[in-house]
Amino acid sequence: MASEPNSVQDVADGLRSVGYLPGESTALVSYLATKLGKPVLVEGPAGVGKTELAKALAKYLGRELVRLQCYEGLDEAKALYEWNYRKQLLRIQTEAGDAGWDAVQDDIFGEEFLLERPLLTAISSERPVVLLIDEIDKTDQEFEAMLLELLSDFQISIPELGRVEARTHPVVLLTSNNSRELTEALKRRCLYLWLDYPDLEHELEIVRMHSPELSETISRKLVEVVQMVRELDLKKPPSIAESIDWARALLLLGASDIDQETFRATMSVIVKHRTDLDTVAERVGVKLEPARAA
Amino acid sequence: MSGEQVDFDAQLVAFAEDLRSEGVAVGTSELLDAFLALELVAWSSPAEFRETLATTIAKSPDDRRLFDLVFDRFFFRATELQAVRLDVSEPQTRVGGDEVDLDELRRQIAQALEEGGESDLRDLARLAIAAFGKGQGSGVLGVDVQRIRRALGLRTEPQPDLPPEDPRRDGISRDQLRRFEQALRRELERAQIERNQALPPKRALTDMDRSLPGGPVQDLAAVHRVVAQLRRRLASQGRELRGHNRHAQVDVRATMRASLQTGGVPVQLKYRPKRPRRPELFVLCDVSTSVTSASTFFLSILHALHDVFRKQRSFVFIERISEVTEVFNRERDFRAAAAAIARDAGVADVSGYTDYGRVWSEFLTEIEDELHPRATVIVLGDARTNGRPPREDLFAAITARAGRTFWLNPEPRLYWNYGDSVIAAYAQYCEAFECWRTDQLEEFVKALTRPAGPTGPRS
Repeated sequence: MASEPNSVQDVADGLRSVGYLPGESTALVSYLATKLGKPVLVEGPAGVGKTELAKALAKYLGRELVRLQCYEGLDEAKALYEWNYRKQLLRIQTEAGDAGWDAVQDDIFGEEFLLERPLLTAISSERPVVLLIDEIDKTDQEFEAMLLELLSDFQISIPELGRVEARTHPVVLLTSNNSRELTEALKRRCLYLWLDYPDLEHELEIVRMHSPELSETISRKLVEVVQMVRELDLKKPPSIAESIDWARALLLLGASDIDQETFRATMSVIVKHRTDLDTVAERVGVKLEPARAA
Repeated sequence: MSGEQVDFDAQLVAFAEDLRSEGVAVGTSELLDAFLALELVAWSSPAEFRETLATTIAKSPDDRRLFDLVFDRFFFRATELQAVRLDVSEPQTRVGGDEVDLDELRRQIAQALEEGGESDLRDLARLAIAAFGKGQGSGVLGVDVQRIRRALGLRTEPQPDLPPEDPRRDGISRDQLRRFEQALRRELERAQIERNQALPPKRALTDMDRSLPGGPVQDLAAVHRVVAQLRRRLASQGRELRGHNRHAQVDVRATMRASLQTGGVPVQLKYRPKRPRRPELFVLCDVSTSVTSASTFFLSILHALHDVFRKQRSFVFIERISEVTEVFNRERDFRAAAAAIARDAGVADVSGYTDYGRVWSEFLTEIEDELHPRATVIVLGDARTNGRPPREDLFAAITARAGRTFWLNPEPRLYWNYGDSVIAAYAQYCEAFECWRTDQLEEFVKALTRPAGPTGPRS
C-alpha cells in the first residue's frame, strides 16, 4: 500500500482500490489533507459517505483509524483523557506508609494512571493514524473550542503532566450533518469539503463496484429510480449505502427487472419512513412498468 | 490588478479582497493555506485550481456559491484585462452567410445543450452569437442574451408542435438553459470588451445572484449575519452572571480527583463550572395572508435564531397557535423548514384571518408556567386583528410574566394604527419595532442585547 501519495491521481486511484469512488474534489481535498497536515471538515447530507471516506483513507494509507463519535454532552473526560482514579486510590492504599510522599505524588500522576481517550490516543500514537471526529455538530460549542488546540497545533495540555505533542501527524477528518452552524474559529482551521449526493453516472459506478453481478440494465434503472426518489420532498432521502443495499437485495431475490411489483416489495430498503413510503409509492411506483404476466 | 506585471500572488490577494467585498469572510490564515495548497497541485488545471481555492477559502455551501460567482467574475475580468493589455483578440467565429440552414443550426444547438458538457457551452454560445446575434446588438447584455435565446427557440416549457425527434420538444432543463445564458452573456461581454478595449465597471452581485435558484430572493445570508452578531453580543455580555457563585453545584468526580492529593480526604471542594446562561426565547410568528410577503423574512429570522439559541421555543399562528420548535430542530435547511411548516404546522387555517385574542389566550395556557423574568418574548406580526377584539389585557399578562417583550412589525411605521392595525394597544406593554429590512433587524438586535432595564409598561 502506498503510504505517501504524490499526486491527486494517486489518491484517487488509491481510494478506488479500497472500494471508495471519490469525486474529483474529494480526491483533491484528501490529497491536500495528507500533504498539508490540515484537518478536513466534511459536510453534507446523511449517507453520502462522509464516514466511509475516513475509513477508506485509513485503509488506503495503511493507517489505523481512531474514531471519536460525538454526541450532546461529550466532554474532555470522554474525548481526551481521564485519570484512572480507582487505580490511583489503590496505589495509594498499597503504599504502606514507608514510601516518601513525593514518590507517591509523582507516581500517581504518571502515564500509567492515564486513561487514554480517542483524541489522546490519536496524538500519542507511535505510528500515524487517521482520526475521525464524527458528527461534530452534535456537540456543544464548548467542546469545539477545546478541539481548537488539538487541530491547529496537534498537542494537548494535561495540567499534571504538561504538554503532550503529537509524535506523528494524524490525518484528521471532522464530519458534520450540518445540523448547526459550526464556529468560525473551527472552520478557519480546516479544509472544507462539501459532499453531496453523486450524480447518476457516479452513483451507477458505485453500485456497479459493490455489486458487479447485477446486470447493467437493472443497475441503471435502480440508480435512476433512487435519483428520482431523492428529488421528492422526503423526510429521509435514500443514501448511497441504501442504493447499495437495494442492489444487493435485488440480487438476492434474483430480480430480472425493476417493475411495479418488485419496487413495491423492496422499496422499504431505500425508504424508511411511514409517510415517505406512501409518497414514493404514489409518485415513483406508478412510473414503472406493471409486472409482466408470467 | 493595477500592476503592469502579472503577479500571481497579488492576483490571489486581489481575488480574496473581491470575495470579502461580497461578504465572504476570508481570513489571512485561510489565504495562507490557499497559497500552501496551491504549491501542491498542478494549478495549470482549471478545475483543480478552483477546487483547491474553494476548499481552503469557502467553508459553507453558501460561501461556496458566492465563491463560484466571484471566481468566474474575477478571473474573467483579469483575463480580459490582460488580453486588452497585450492586444490579443479572439479569432472570430464566422458562419458563412445564407447557405447555412438556420433551422438545422437551432436544432443542433439544442441537441448539444441537451447532451452538453461544460466545455461545449462556450463554443455553442459563440456559434449562436455569430449566427443570430450579429449587427443588431442593443448594447444591453441582458436584452441581447434573451433575444438570442428566443431566436434559438429555447424554452423550458414543452413545445408540442415541434417534431418528436427535436430535443426542444420536451423543453430544455432550467439548469442547462441558465448555464447557456451565462455562457452567452460572457461571450457577449468578451466581444464588447474587445470592441471597446476597456473593461466595463464591475457589476456587484445582486440578491438575485446570491439566492439559491428557486429560493426566496431576500438575502437569507444577511439575516444570518445579523443574528450571528446578536449571538456574539449576547455571549460577551455575561457581566451580571459573575459573582453568582452561591448556588454552585459540587462536582463529585472532580472533588474525588482533587482529594487524591490529600490522601483521599476531600479538603478542596470542586464545583461544576457555571455555563454562561443563555436567555430563553419564546418567539411567536404570524403566518397569515396579510403578512405573506413578510413571512419568508420572518421565518428566516426564526430559523436564524434557532441556530443561535438552544433554548428557544417557536410558535406560528394565524387563528390559533402551533408549536414549530421541533421542525426547526429537525430541519437545518431553511426551505425544507418552511415547507414543513406549511405542510404540517396545522395552524387551523380556517379563515386565514389572524385572531390575536385567541392566540394570546392559547399561548398563555400553553406556556404560562414557563414564563419567568429571564424569558424574552418576541412577536412577529402586523397586529391586524381583522376587527376581532385585540384582548390587550391578555397580552399584558404575558408581558408581565416575561422579562422583556418585543414586537416586530413588518409594516412601515406610517401604516401603524390605520385600518384594523391595533399595534398601539400592544405597544404600551412592549417595545415595538418596524422591521422589514435587515438594517432594521440590526436595530432590533441592538435593543435585544441591551442589558435589561427596568421592567414594566413602556411606551
